[in-house]
Amino acid sequence: MSELKKIILDYVKKEYLEEDDDREITYDSPLISGGIVDSFSMVSLKRFLETKFTIQIPDAKASPEAFDSVDNIILLLEEFNIR
Amino acid sequence: MAFNNDIRNIYQKELADIRAAGIFKEERIICSPQNAEIEVEFPAGASRKHVINMCANNYLGLSSHPDVVEAARKGLDSRGYGMSSVRFICGTQDIHKELEAQLSKFLGTEDTILFPSCMDANAGVFEAVLNEQDVMISDRLVHASIVDGMRLCKAKTDTFKHSDMGHLEEKLQLHADARVKLIITDGAFSMDGDLAKLDQIVTLAEKYNALVFVDDSHASGFIGKTGRGTHEHCGVLGKIDIITTTLGKALGGASGGCVSGRRELVEMCRQKARPYLFSNTIPPVVVSGAIAVLDIISKTTERRDKLERNTSFWRKGLTEAGLIIKEGETPIVPVMLFNAKLSQDFANELYGEGIYAVGFFFPVVAKGQARIRTQLSAAHEPHHLDKALAAFTKVGAKFGILHKTKQEIIDQYGL
Ligand SMILES: Cc1ncc(COP(=O)(O)O)c(C=O)c1O
Repeated sequence: MSELKKIILDYVKKEYLEEDDDREITYDSPLISGGIVDSFSMVSLKRFLETKFTIQIPDAKASPEAFDSVDNIILLLEEFNIR
Repeated sequence: MAFNNDIRNIYQKELADIRAAGIFKEERIICSPQNAEIEVEFPAGASRKHVINMCANNYLGLSSHPDVVEAARKGLDSRGYGMSSVRFICGTQDIHKELEAQLSKFLGTEDTILFPSCMDANAGVFEAVLNEQDVMISDRLVHASIVDGMRLCKAKTDTFKHSDMGHLEEKLQLHADARVKLIITDGAFSMDGDLAKLDQIVTLAEKYNALVFVDDSHASGFIGKTGRGTHEHCGVLGKIDIITTTLGKALGGASGGCVSGRRELVEMCRQKARPYLFSNTIPPVVVSGAIAVLDIISKTTERRDKLERNTSFWRKGLTEAGLIIKEGETPIVPVMLFNAKLSQDFANELYGEGIYAVGFFFPVVAKGQARIRTQLSAAHEPHHLDKALAAFTKVGAKFGILHKTKQEIIDQYGL
């Protein structure tokens, strides 16, 4: 579980923060409502999860709320029996 | 009386919040034609002041050029004032077609379609050429009008870090299965004045079978040896699938924009782009002026060459004076001050010295990146730039920031 969380958090940091961006991101940081991930860039997070865990996340489930924090993403993955 | 007090209060509160956040925008009133020297009334009601303009997009100094004004006047006489129609009903004149043909020739493209503005070109083009099977992959710092255009389009979206070619390549791989992949970037980025790496972008596009879109609003007319734009500068003339640009900056500065590129894509815009279909195009007087602009800059590179000399003089001068600028080669030269209030105070002091330039800070640029953006023009003569440089040096000394590092300025003024 904490392993999984870390993989996702690391991806978010690498993908969405510039090198000189020293904002702290934690497991419960709001990603989309907090302006770290904009709505145009959300697709790469979804693609990352799908490729990494070989799942298909239906668009209806890939809502901004479901992706709004690492914790929320963990809940979403649980629906696919990934923990 | 639906606009009752309760409703009025909603908006008064929102406006008060904007003021409290320090981002309320005030217009400055110019009481002269646009030029290197202008008459300004600021704040409203204050006495007029004669100042040197360092913040116009009048890169080629053609906004009030006598030949352009004369051509516009002739256009007014020969083709009238307005069209009272959108293009495809009865709003297309011979001169609209002539300007479109001249733009294609100048930009080195197959075809061109005019829009009321480049904002409209960007708002309309994506929806006209892409659908849900496609993907738009944009640089994270593209202009707001592109962001709006992408929102209106049903294609998937993704972004790459600013000018990060490795990241772009990852995204092209990620979206390998899309019907059409469109890479989207500005040619010259308006806040930092840096240029897109179009040569590398084109190489990646060829490798991954993607198309390339460039908004060259801050480059058309002066970037590249003969001023054709960022694609000329990067050696990829003819390889950009969609170029959008404006007539509202270097190319006469009045208004209007276009989509220029592959014949079929331009034709799709004529069939489907909503700002083209449902809004009047550029009026005859502006079309005539723009044709004169293209005539002038197709004949000689004198003006872009002068702009280039002014740019090197200005960049070298500011650096030697001990100010921190964003390195680059465009006539957009940001003087970095980092602190938002300092950028405002600095601009006010400059105004007192007869130099008009504007401070930009969050949310227009990132936090801690406040700056004064200066823009050069071929209308600037050496004496203008000497005076402006003296003023920047004087004000810089007054604030004690000459020959200081970024960290020293931040330590002194905060972020
Ligand atoms: C990069 C870019 N694209 C488009 C526009 C909009 O141009 P126009 O004034 O023709 O709508 C601007 C103007 O600010 C711009 O800087």
